[in-house]
Amino acid sequence: MTAQLSPPRSRTGTHTGDRRPTSRRRQDHPAWFLFPALAVLTVFFFIPTLFNFFYAFTDWSSFKTQINFAGLDNVTSLLQNGSLLADLRTTLIYAVLVAIFQNLFGLILALILEADTRINRAARVAFFVPVVMSALAVGYVFRAILKPDGTLNAILGALTGQHVDIAWLGSTTWTIVVVALIHAWKWMGLSMLIYLAGLKTISPDIMEASRIDGATWWKTFTSIRFPLLAPAITFNVATALLGSMNGFDIVQATTGGGPGGSTELLNIFVFRTFGQGLFAQATTMSLTLFLMVTILAFPVIKFLRKREDVLS
Amino acid sequence: MTVTGAPLPTTDKNSAHQAAQRRMAWKPKGLLQPALAIALVVLLLGVPFWLVIATAGKDQAEALNPNLAPPTHWQLFENFATVFQQGRMVPAFLGSMLIMVLSVAGVLVIGSMAAWILGRRRGKGIAFVYALAISGIVLPPAVVTIVLLLRQMGLAGTAVGMIGVYMGMYMSTVVFFVTGFVRTIPTELEEAARVDGAGPIRVFVRVILPLLGPTIATATILICLYVWNDVFYALFVIGGRLDTLPLNLYQVASSGLYLQNWHLIFAYIVLMSLPLLITFVILQRKIISGITSGAVK
Repeated sequence: MTAQLSPPRSRTGTHTGDRRPTSRRRQDHPAWFLFPALAVLTVFFFIPTLFNFFYAFTDWSSFKTQINFAGLDNVTSLLQNGSLLADLRTTLIYAVLVAIFQNLFGLILALILEADTRINRAARVAFFVPVVMSALAVGYVFRAILKPDGTLNAILGALTGQHVDIAWLGSTTWTIVVVALIHAWKWMGLSMLIYLAGLKTISPDIMEASRIDGATWWKTFTSIRFPLLAPAITFNVATALLGSMNGFDIVQATTGGGPGGSTELLNIFVFRTFGQGLFAQATTMSLTLFLMVTILAFPVIKFLRKREDVLS
Repeated sequence: MTVTGAPLPTTDKNSAHQAAQRRMAWKPKGLLQPALAIALVVLLLGVPFWLVIATAGKDQAEALNPNLAPPTHWQLFENFATVFQQGRMVPAFLGSMLIMVLSVAGVLVIGSMAAWILGRRRGKGIAFVYALAISGIVLPPAVVTIVLLLRQMGLAGTAVGMIGVYMGMYMSTVVFFVTGFVRTIPTELEEAARVDGAGPIRVFVRVILPLLGPTIATATILICLYVWNDVFYALFVIGGRLDTLPLNLYQVASSGLYLQNWHLIFAYIVLMSLPLLITFVILQRKIISGITSGAVK
């Protein structure tokens, strides 16, 4: 997963000077090499995606033997019971919160663990362990930690000397933030590594110049190092947004979409309604996710890349 | 957080560089940075991980309310034995292994074949195919209609269907990575093989594939992680008809939470995390340097 989100350019330049006839070139790189990949993509990716645009407008369910065209029935019913807009909003809030937390934690960890000492190297490895773990498992662990009579409240109680029984996963307002924090906890190790790599690419000459100018650590960070981290930020923000918009495991394991549907992501709805046999409604929500990602991802990536261009 | 320090003597350019770098990173010699690093590891990682291990070693009554107290009587291995059977660990491990190895190997070979052509040939057609082939990096898979299609093809609930779905999901990532890399390989290398009379298949297998190794290591690691830990797409495609580790965890936990069997859930989590964790610890240096070196260009 590199930060190169635009098509890579040829760095060799051998093609421009290639004098051989094109027919020879075609024989050397036959088109049939493309077919297995395109066949897999078509069958398992493009056709299901096209199906989405059709079955979202039918009455396909496990209760009927026939599938009939139903127009906008699914959309109107999902709009009327409010779940479409509510889940869309929840998914967006979740994605934005995860992107913020994951990058903030990753960057702070990278700055703290930047020097190449033995303790720091060990700590970097340790922070990568949650990345390797199953997200579902992480969810169950935090479900136990965040119980009203769980570990976090016990620690807080010991620190304050009072009995603490906050229902971390029981608030219709704040639980989404808590769940986003868990998601960020799981992935912050990956962001940290990317930021560490970004920090390493900054030339020592620039740091030296800023030192001679008498800049403080903070000044150097905000006006030199942070802007130069743009490619790492692009990669981290884009992957955090995409990962959390497609999120499921952590939310399913901690809250299952509750309390009161306040953490119900689009994928949680899709899974639940699919289990109930309401396939067409699940497809409509799946299509909604597809459209949301399509509409949001491209401008976001473009915006982030524009920030990089300013630098070069 | 200002670590300004006294001006350094700039007699030697090299030492000045090193000094500048050292100054910008937290000073390794002070006590504050190592203390902070250790505190973060203990608080953010130590507490959750200790909770998992302590609870996995308790009996049901003690684990009813998971806390940080060590078990009065360790029964870690008894709990492992219980979930090993109840969670059908052996078939789940084999199922996860089969699906991961075949889908990752398949997507790497097929994706690299396509990427080689996409990296070498020019034209509007090729540019269009390339754009299409990498669109899956961003676009989410249509999970509901995939199930419908698999049912129509008779692949629903089978390992073949699941492998196909994963290959479709990660094909774009492989094509994207490898195309970028293929363009950096000088064509002269291929020419040399061609002069010796090698056809396209030979050139691809003998020249291109061996060069790919280190470059696609990062992509391979991440795809392995995603496939091994995936439960969302597996729930749709194979449901309960094939065992994989995350699917069985979902089942163990769904019934375990109802019965308040935290010790069994956590014992399962420890066991299912071990294969990847051991692999990671053995290969940690390579994995971390692979991700950091290939990451930001």
